Amino acid sequence: MLQAFDIIGPIMIGPSSSHTAGAVRIGKYARSILGTTPVSALIRFSGSFAKTYKGHGTDKAVIAGILGMETDDERIRTSFDVAEEEGLKFTFEETEIDGAHPNTAEIILKDAAGKEALVQGASIGGGNIIINRINDTVTSISGKSDTLIVPHEDVPGMVAVVSNILAGNGVNIHGFSLCRDHKGGTAVMTIEIDGNIDESISKVILEQPNILAATVLKAI
Amino acid sequence: MCKIAGNEISLLYCFLLNYLENGVLKLKYDSLSVLVKEAEKQNLPLCKLILKDQAEVAETEEKVLFENMKRSFTVMRESVETGLDPHERSASGLTGGDAFKMNEAVKANKNICGKIFGEAMVKALAVSQTNACMGRIVAAPTAGSCGILPAALITISDDRNIPNDDVVMSLFTASAVGMVIANKASIAGAEGGCQAECGAASAMAAAALVELCGGTPKQSEHACAIALKNILGLVCDPVAGLVEIPCIKRNAMGVANAFVAAELALAGIESAIPADEVIYAMKKIGEAMSPTLKETAEGGLAATPTGKKLCEKVFGSCQNCK
Repeated sequence: MLQAFDIIGPIMIGPSSSHTAGAVRIGKYARSILGTTPVSALIRFSGSFAKTYKGHGTDKAVIAGILGMETDDERIRTSFDVAEEEGLKFTFEETEIDGAHPNTAEIILKDAAGKEALVQGASIGGGNIIINRINDTVTSISGKSDTLIVPHEDVPGMVAVVSNILAGNGVNIHGFSLCRDHKGGTAVMTIEIDGNIDESISKVILEQPNILAATVLKAI
Repeated sequence: MCKIAGNEISLLYCFLLNYLENGVLKLKYDSLSVLVKEAEKQNLPLCKLILKDQAEVAETEEKVLFENMKRSFTVMRESVETGLDPHERSASGLTGGDAFKMNEAVKANKNICGKIFGEAMVKALAVSQTNACMGRIVAAPTAGSCGILPAALITISDDRNIPNDDVVMSLFTASAVGMVIANKASIAGAEGGCQAECGAASAMAAAALVELCGGTPKQSEHACAIALKNILGLVCDPVAGLVEIPCIKRNAMGVANAFVAAELALAGIESAIPADEVIYAMKKIGEAMSPTLKETAEGGLAATPTGKKLCEKVFGSCQNCK
């Protein structure tokens, strides 16, 4: 249901919510997935983003997000300068990702230790985003809620193990997806939850057999 | 919140439950005339009725929502100031400096429409320019139409020394108009054309202006209807798909239209067609509009020879130019 601040708001950096706010949020999500300070970024724009990113300032917005800025930060406009000050090197490429939403960006970040993260996201209007891919995992994350990413061995009972731990801690799941590379290989659960998730829960999950990792991504 | 629906008994049950839970019926924002009648019944100005309802919906105190709105109004004022810069250019390089030029004309008493109109146009251009230059704005209701509401409210409050808190309250009235339009028609250019964006902003501003100038809720409703009627059919045809040409100047038009509508309504002139019916007409017109005229940059001004040339200038090539 619409409320007053859906009409008078959001407070945002122009010129358009899908080309600035959405792009900032995709960049910000990529940074949180890397989990450390990025020193280099390769951004591949696809579809309409590839054709129009310069005129809309989408390039500046993505960099601002990678630097951790909020969607109403006035430094978005000068984010290239901020990147230089903070030692972030970046490159843009225009590409065509098959089957992707018209406003799609793929971001590859690296930190000083050489750790790498790949994130693909689409800006779907009104500043809303969908994160479609994290490294090799196909996802569907809005970024509006805290999200738990759990790669695990593809063996029976894993969903029950994880969901029992969440239930035991009073955590309500409102979005769930599971995908795997091949039968008996590696599978990944993506779990969107209501409210805040305590980081300690991910430690408990990680202690279970056949769990490879458990990462909490905070809402952005 | 009751989600059961389907038969009359469950609907009646929902109705009663809602009433018992809250003591009052929550507003639905699907009709301006219902909102106005409720304000008249409770003998409240629209802004107070809306704030009270919104606080109940959000399960928070009125004070909290008021402070949030005050913050929005502060950002609106700041966005006027940043937009007056003579040298700032948009990310595309297509636009910039118009608010400064208009301001110079008004300051020198050279504009032909008088101080209020001049000031309002300066502010609408300025906020819209701030948006195009990647500055901070408040979408009202959208980024493309963000100049109209702040321009109307800041101009009238500066001219009449209206207390800041009253202006902040009038934003709740404006939000109610926007909610009804969004619920019953659309506030997205991609769905309804420019009439949905600048039209909604104009109608919201007109209703708030009437309230700030001592008009009744009913007069706000008429102002809303008049503002929207004047802009029906306006298409969304941005050059190169950017929120610049013609959007920035249409914000100046939109605030002028808001003042026209408010002025007529305050003089006791009524809209022959009620606001709710105008909103429905707008929805139907939006549906009938060709997709080439709804934010796709394939028709209208975007498809003119100059529009195409400007598109090529920004992007090197123009996908719609073939």
